[in-house]
Amino acid sequence: MLKEYRSITNISGPLMIVEEVEGVKYEELVEIKMDDGSSRNGRVLEVNNDKALIQVFEGTTGIDTEKTSVKFTGKGIHMYLSPDILGKIFNGLGRPKSAKDQILPEKSLDINGSPINPYSRDYPNEFIQTGISAIDGLNTLVRGQKLPIFTGSGLPHNRIAAQIARQSAVLGKEEEFAVVFVAMGITFEESQYFIDDFTKTGAINRSVLILNLADDPAIERIATPRVGLTCAEYLAFEKNMHVLIILTDMTNYCEALKEISAARKEVPGRRGYPGYMYTDLATIYERAGRIKGKKGSITQIPILTMPEDDKTHPIPDLTGYITEGQIILSRSFHKKKISPPIDVLPSLSRLKDKGIGKDKTREDHADLFNQLYAAYARGKEVQELAVILGEAALSDIDKIYFKFAEDFEAIYVSQGEYENRTIDQTLDLGWKLLSVFPRTELKRIRDEFLDKYLPLFKKESSDKKITVSGGEK
Amino acid sequence: MEKIGNIVKVAGPLVVAKNMSGVKMYDVVFVSESRLMGEVIEIDGDLASIQVYEETGGIGVGEPVFPTNFPLTVELGPGLIESIYDGIQRPLDVIYKQEGDFISRGIQVPALDRQKKWDFTALVSEGQEVSEGDFLGYVNETSLVKHYIMVPPKLYGKVLKISSGSFTIEETIAVINDGKSDSDITMIQKWPVRIPRPYREKINPSIPLFTGQRVVDMFFPIAKGGTACVPGPFGSGKTVIQHQLAKWIDAEVIIYIGCGERGNEMTEVLLEFPELKDPKSGEPLMKRTVLIANTSNMPVAAREASVYTGITIAEYFRDMGYSVALMADSTSRWAEAMREISGRLEEMPGDEGYPAYLGARLASFYERAGCVKCLQKTDELEGAITVIGAVSPPGGDLSDPVVQATLRVVKVFWSLEARLAYARHFPAISWLNSYSLYNDNIKDFVIDNVREDYFDMQSEAMNLLEKESELEEIVRLVGIDSLSGQDRLVLLTAKMIREDFLHQNAYHEVDTYTAIDKQYKMIKTIIYFYNQAQYYLKMGADIEALENVSLSEKIARMKYIPNDETSRIDELEKEIDNEFNSLIKQ
Ligand SMILES: Nc1ncnc2c1ncn2[C@@H]1O[C@H](COP(=O)(O)OP(=O)(O)OP(=O)(O)O)[C@@H](O)[C@H]1O
Ligand SMILES: [Mg+2]
Repeated sequence: MLKEYRSITNISGPLMIVEEVEGVKYEELVEIKMDDGSSRNGRVLEVNNDKALIQVFEGTTGIDTEKTSVKFTGKGIHMYLSPDILGKIFNGLGRPKSAKDQILPEKSLDINGSPINPYSRDYPNEFIQTGISAIDGLNTLVRGQKLPIFTGSGLPHNRIAAQIARQSAVLGKEEEFAVVFVAMGITFEESQYFIDDFTKTGAINRSVLILNLADDPAIERIATPRVGLTCAEYLAFEKNMHVLIILTDMTNYCEALKEISAARKEVPGRRGYPGYMYTDLATIYERAGRIKGKKGSITQIPILTMPEDDKTHPIPDLTGYITEGQIILSRSFHKKKISPPIDVLPSLSRLKDKGIGKDKTREDHADLFNQLYAAYARGKEVQELAVILGEAALSDIDKIYFKFAEDFEAIYVSQGEYENRTIDQTLDLGWKLLSVFPRTELKRIRDEFLDKYLPLFKKESSDKKITVSGGEK
Repeated sequence: MEKIGNIVKVAGPLVVAKNMSGVKMYDVVFVSESRLMGEVIEIDGDLASIQVYEETGGIGVGEPVFPTNFPLTVELGPGLIESIYDGIQRPLDVIYKQEGDFISRGIQVPALDRQKKWDFTALVSEGQEVSEGDFLGYVNETSLVKHYIMVPPKLYGKVLKISSGSFTIEETIAVINDGKSDSDITMIQKWPVRIPRPYREKINPSIPLFTGQRVVDMFFPIAKGGTACVPGPFGSGKTVIQHQLAKWIDAEVIIYIGCGERGNEMTEVLLEFPELKDPKSGEPLMKRTVLIANTSNMPVAAREASVYTGITIAEYFRDMGYSVALMADSTSRWAEAMREISGRLEEMPGDEGYPAYLGARLASFYERAGCVKCLQKTDELEGAITVIGAVSPPGGDLSDPVVQATLRVVKVFWSLEARLAYARHFPAISWLNSYSLYNDNIKDFVIDNVREDYFDMQSEAMNLLEKESELEEIVRLVGIDSLSGQDRLVLLTAKMIREDFLHQNAYHEVDTYTAIDKQYKMIKTIIYFYNQAQYYLKMGADIEALENVSLSEKIARMKYIPNDETSRIDELEKEIDNEFNSLIKQ
């Protein structure tokens, strides 16, 4: 029998202190019994002599120092697992949402997991075709990558994430996949959008949903992504599935972290977020990838809203320092009706270099995106110049860059929400757009590729007009 | 019986234990029955604060602490090269074989293989007097590293016994008598990581260490034994440049520390380095490399230690007379680990919550770099450690305390700019803000051994880039048409320098490494183009025509000419003359 303590002495914010305890372990799970018979969960944040500092996931409202009792369970928070988690819904602590979400567990795992030995990792290098040109062509996603979407409130990040989940395919392969969808503090409506989309495509039966919505306890969000990742690791590395995990919204997670840190009166780091937030986030984001000799993989797409659209805010900043690139959405693109509004220049996929090229996408892919980037960056500079001096003052070549940047946004970046472009369509589109330049401007592309590909597209645009449609619908 | 302490507090990576009197600062202890390794970092009466190198979840008050009476040490000896260690020198490959894919707690594995036999060749004979640092013999550890077995520091005396043959690192290869007693010498030495290994004297760095990276070698060179830092926002190319240096820098031993960064970046090194060939010897680059990987999801305290583990191994190879290059990616994560531990100790916070001793710790780390006369007294043997640290300031803001403290001690500053990275101008090293303070140190060597007019080329090219940025201001205000032909030529040439010289694609099989000779020829050709064009402009050539000469495409493709075919670059000067001539005749 576990000993029950009624020695809560101090309650403040999401924290409480229990005194005269014995044998309490750091990080262990705590069961809290309320006066009315209901129960809550907590986690030990610190033990100091006979005092234990406890973080209460459901908040401390209603807890009192006399009638509330506390039990220490002797182990960390565990997630109960079996292949039947697919198609089920769990709350933010990993408990079944309703009776029909109950499973017969095959095993249980501590939600904190253990660090993957860097030596046991296998490098992610399998190209995932998302059907979105701005991703496939320029910021290629590979299996096992962690690639967040940095967004702003009101931008269509959910539509993009759902499109990725819907269209993602590894060329020439039919393999077992699963989706883990982790909601942290998003609205019912937002979460329902994903659920409806998964239901439409049938992916719902291959999905695990971990839901902590806006009206669920905020502190629970500390556990939520870890619950999801524990499911993902189980499915990927024990059940050989290719798992796509969507974590939204990481900003709400970070706010919960901040709240606890403030309650502990820790010395705050930048803008009030705890100094250890980098390390804490890393223990989430690094739980992605591939492992030598294992068939499955975990691809992570965290979504986070940048407070005030500010990329240097600690949440996106620290995330960018950990993840393998980022897809950034732009409000001004959104206003200009560029859809998806992917801000191409600051977006980046760091793993693209190993996932593209001959035998993966196409031999000319690397040179082509380098050139598209360089030309588009120059085009954007020229556009700025034109704002001051007027278009007429531009040199002839700059006029071409000006037009190129416009077309690039309208034709290459923009595409339909249900438009699934093949990688060849994406690459060809790039060539078509570049063919307006004199060959001497295309310095980033090797001669052999210019010789081979440019003539195929040069003809079509000899009338100096670009008439390309995107891929087919 | 071993004296045992008792845990009274657990707060993240920090554990406090009582009953610890007699324990020394920085002693290693083992925490709880699971024997998690930790280090004493504060003593108060019989209480000791311990930073634990493993996750402390599940540890509680009352559990035991076992002192060892030894500081944190590394093992030094054959078997280091090609290893991958965590921050406290546990071999990750061995852990993988024993424990599987995930790192569990309380694993103790020796850093060096105890079973492996090495062929030892003695270099001294019995009866000879030897002193600290002298070479007793060597083993050919890899095809690139001859591993000298040295007399340990502070030992002097006569060799009583020594023999060549096949030994494990724990077997005695020699016996030395110091007049009082005999010491058995094996091929393994242990050294406390927080104490620099001794050398005879420091000397000023005077030789450039070429890296095959054009912007570095031609504009902001680093000296052998020098220090450099690479600050930049996320995604600006710190890791890629560190990897590039680890691959191509002209050093004999590479120590690469992945400190609080991504696991996949270490995997990348593990996969690539065995495949890549050292440009000098043609041998796989892995054969000169030691990896330390304490990735961001691994315990924070071990991240703090990883930097010291790395530099101590570097010193050991330096003591053999080697030129060692050490890369630390990223020193910011190391500083953050210090900050986290300091916060748990409830020390007085300084700037941004970093401890007040941040600057001192950084300075004493970089101070372990340098060119030295090695310890041995018999020859004039020189060794060097070159240290290159990445810094990851929040939001890319260079006023960050870690950047500022680093800039106070390092001599080379490669400033990475987001603006350049967005335009995919790589390496995104700003040519206007970066600097190297080694130009004077290496001047004589470069003039004698590389090219006489290397520095003239450097300053001419730099001049053009600086002028370009002034002219761009004007263009922004009044447009290109207002510029004179001469000014437009400056813009044209500066663009060539930027795009055709400074821009270097790490993923292109030829472009990834440019030998210094080729670099010189490239920049010289561009300067030649400029000087000739100036002349023809004065002779009445039209600037528009100059802007459109067809040979500019050839200049742009110089970077793709293999290092052993640079005579093709030499021919360009003639082509420049010919084409310019034809402009006048028209
Ligand atoms: N020399 C280069 N050639 C080609 N591409 C490069 C080069 N340098 C950087 N890149 C590109 O930039 C990306 C980001 O670089 P890198 O991972 O080195 O950034 P970082 O500064 O280390 O970021 P973080 O601080 O988040 O670790 C790379 O994945 C690569 O695509
Ligand atoms: Mg990096």
